[in-house]
Amino acid sequence: MKRSGFRGGWTVLLLVGPQLLLLLWFTYWPALRALRDAFHLADPFTGEGIFVGLDNFTELLAEPSYWRAACTTVVFSAAVALLSLSVGLALALLVDGLRRGAGLWRAALIWPYAAAPAVAGVLWLFLFDRHHGLLAYAMNVGLGLGWSPDLNGTHAMILVVIASAWKQISYNFVFFAAGLAGIPPSLIEAAAIDGAGPWTRTWCIVLPLLSPTLFLLLVLNVIYAFFDTLAVIDLTTQGRPAGETMTLIYRVYRDGFVGLDLGSSSAQSVLLMLAVVGLTWVQFRVLERRVHYAG
Amino acid sequence: MPADRMVGRSRALDVAALGGLLLGLVVLGFPLWIAFVAASHDAARMNTVPPPLWPGRMLFANLASAWERVALGTQLFNTTVMALGIAFGKVAMSVTMAFALVYFRVRFRGLIFALVLGAILLPVEIRIVPTYLVAADLMAPLRDLVGLLPWLPVPEAKFSLLNTHAGLIVPLLASTTATFLFRQFFLTMPEELTEAALIDGAGPWRFFWSILLPLSATNIAALLVVMFIFGWNQYLWPLLVTTEPGMQTLVMGLAKLGPGMDSRPLWNELMAGALVALLPPVMVVLVLQRWFVRGLIDAGK
Repeated sequence: MKRSGFRGGWTVLLLVGPQLLLLLWFTYWPALRALRDAFHLADPFTGEGIFVGLDNFTELLAEPSYWRAACTTVVFSAAVALLSLSVGLALALLVDGLRRGAGLWRAALIWPYAAAPAVAGVLWLFLFDRHHGLLAYAMNVGLGLGWSPDLNGTHAMILVVIASAWKQISYNFVFFAAGLAGIPPSLIEAAAIDGAGPWTRTWCIVLPLLSPTLFLLLVLNVIYAFFDTLAVIDLTTQGRPAGETMTLIYRVYRDGFVGLDLGSSSAQSVLLMLAVVGLTWVQFRVLERRVHYAG
Repeated sequence: MPADRMVGRSRALDVAALGGLLLGLVVLGFPLWIAFVAASHDAARMNTVPPPLWPGRMLFANLASAWERVALGTQLFNTTVMALGIAFGKVAMSVTMAFALVYFRVRFRGLIFALVLGAILLPVEIRIVPTYLVAADLMAPLRDLVGLLPWLPVPEAKFSLLNTHAGLIVPLLASTTATFLFRQFFLTMPEELTEAALIDGAGPWRFFWSILLPLSATNIAALLVVMFIFGWNQYLWPLLVTTEPGMQTLVMGLAKLGPGMDSRPLWNELMAGALVALLPPVMVVLVLQRWFVRGLIDAGK
């Protein structure tokens, strides 16, 4: 808020109104509606329901498949974040060390970010397809691995993790590259004068200075793996085989929109909202203490 | 002595770094290359083993076939409308909201800002069905209010956004990140700017158009690029609100070109469709790289 502000009730209403109305209509009302439906046994699409208390929640939490989806989500998110963060960081460090041509390399490495998760899904689905995919062919004929993501849960998981991590590598690369550009060269030179080799410099100076970026990216990557990968799963495994790639978000979608089980789906939504709030809080409280913030 | 000589890099390390980069380039680029190769072969070649590594001559035939089968042209138009609508809409909504929050004495400012920020905890993926219900019947929230406020006049008619361009765009227009960014940016503006404008007798609109917007041009451009990509790549929302083929978008249309693992999709046509969905945003990112990188990093923070 500025000291010297304007006045004008109608002007303010005109400026604030549109977004506020959209928020109330398309974000907060649906969220409240989900909260209400979570405690009702409802007829889908008419919304008429009877109050059933916590029944939807107890039923949901008694299902082994729900807990399995929770475990799958944790494994999946951790794998996607780990894979895309480590490769993104490695590429950014390599480009940062180049004497020339860094701009060209940057362009060559960031374009996959433009791919929709859905597009990433079909590209990797094809590469890993048991009958027509080149990678599947290489693994089956070349290495004799017996690759079949449509039958083997581990293979299916590898497929969705790689498809989800692929475009995110570029995203992380952009952030790490910007973080590296912000490290003063004088620090590196000082370390070199003190006799630190390239490895020591990377481990003891560059990585600690990058930790704010790493922390921010960890949050962003987990959020990505939670929500944006719905399209990847829907276009590749759809949770199969036998629910081994069923994440919590994909289950909300399946149960709510495909299965029309409104009560259960709403209860899942409410639990996920709590999880998101908790996750955000934990990440900011716990991790923040271990991060080195420069200037 | 040159700086990089001083920090002592060995030739072996340079070669290893180049090798690592090339490997990364291949890993990232491989899916695109193979999609291009697959899109350029006929169905018979796609059914032979091993699958082709080099392009064939059927690219345009496959494009034409996919173009006809799922109306790629219509989808391209719908996707462009959606991406542009979302990009400009989001920026317009957030820049005006931030202007009001920073430069006006607004009642309930804290509450309004909290509502904007809180929305980031409620992504559309976790409120799928109720959000769909509002889009299908815009009066639904009002109908719910009737229980509390019986005198409220609510039209009987349903205003539905299903299968409209507005339905693809409007429900996605609120933006926490963009509003937050513009607010932060406006807060860094010098106080003297407003004072000078006030002394010169400029009203709020004049100040907004002639001073604030031109100063925000870089931020606006950066956000437009990022939001365009965001809008172009939407999958779930278009899948929910469109049922008519004439309203579908490219990215969600991929589901129609080649469904899941059970059936055997026509890979060459599916890859042709994927290329059409992929190349426009890739071009935007590469051509507007500087804005894109800036917008991406700003939006992430």
